[in-house]
Amino acid sequence: MKRTLFALTGAGLIALAGAAWAAPGPTDPQIAHIAYTAGTIDVAAGKQALAKSHNPKVREFAQEMVRDHTAVNDKALALVKKLGVTPQPNPTSAALQSQATAERAKLGKLSGAAFDRAYVANEVAYHKTVNGALEQTLIPSAQNGELKSLLQTGLKLFQEHQAHAEQLAGGLR
Amino acid sequence: MVFTTARRRAPILAIGAALTLAACGPNHAPAPAVHTVVIDQLAFSPKATTANVGDVVVWVNKDILRHSATDGGGAFDVDLPAGATGKTVLKQAGSIKYACRYHPGMTGTISVAEKG
Repeated sequence: MKRTLFALTGAGLIALAGAAWAAPGPTDPQIAHIAYTAGTIDVAAGKQALAKSHNPKVREFAQEMVRDHTAVNDKALALVKKLGVTPQPNPTSAALQSQATAERAKLGKLSGAAFDRAYVANEVAYHKTVNGALEQTLIPSAQNGELKSLLQTGLKLFQEHQAHAEQLAGGLR
Repeated sequence: MVFTTARRRAPILAIGAALTLAACGPNHAPAPAVHTVVIDQLAFSPKATTANVGDVVVWVNKDILRHSATDGGGAFDVDLPAGATGKTVLKQAGSIKYACRYHPGMTGTISVAEKG
């Protein structure tokens, strides 16, 4: 099992989105950690964009990311507290984090329109990946009904964000 | 207490006036209806609303996220923080396309007909 997880993280998130997990899937504490990490990554990316971008549409989008993902993560924290679940770090959330750190460093070197395009393109790709993971792995594996329901809300939100990012990317070309 | 009484009287007077006007007019127009539009999981429901001028739309945001009901034509812009409720009085006939200003993918329509 451990080997499979590491193999997946090695292959990157695309693998997580596309491949079926070796049974059993991630546990609820692991799922909670993955979902929370995914949220904090997008909040950090949004804050970076707010610090760097001067494009009103990009800034509006970044504000939406910060506001929505903070709201979902606050809800997630309240839920794990209520359920007495301790989110458990795992290779998938670690891989998410390290990829995000690399992406942030890459974006940090860009500015102006080049930054805007790269930030929005990454948001499209990131939301696609996380949507795949939510749909195919995290939601089906979640055992607790409330956690599953929060993940489903998260999926709707990410789909809306992906559509918004795609629309925005089209306008920046 | 005084305020409560005063506040309550105003709508009653308004309704009374509306009824009187309706009774005097050539057509017996229906009383203003209330249409509830619920926001849940990033969607307006119902997506399409049919109403008359003077009707009221009550917006109920059941999501944990901040939304808005914003008319592209500028007739209304209701801010709806998580869990909040808002209200819009439909003042003009026409076809309204509205969206959430934060989530452009969330859209809906209201078809407003002249009363009577």
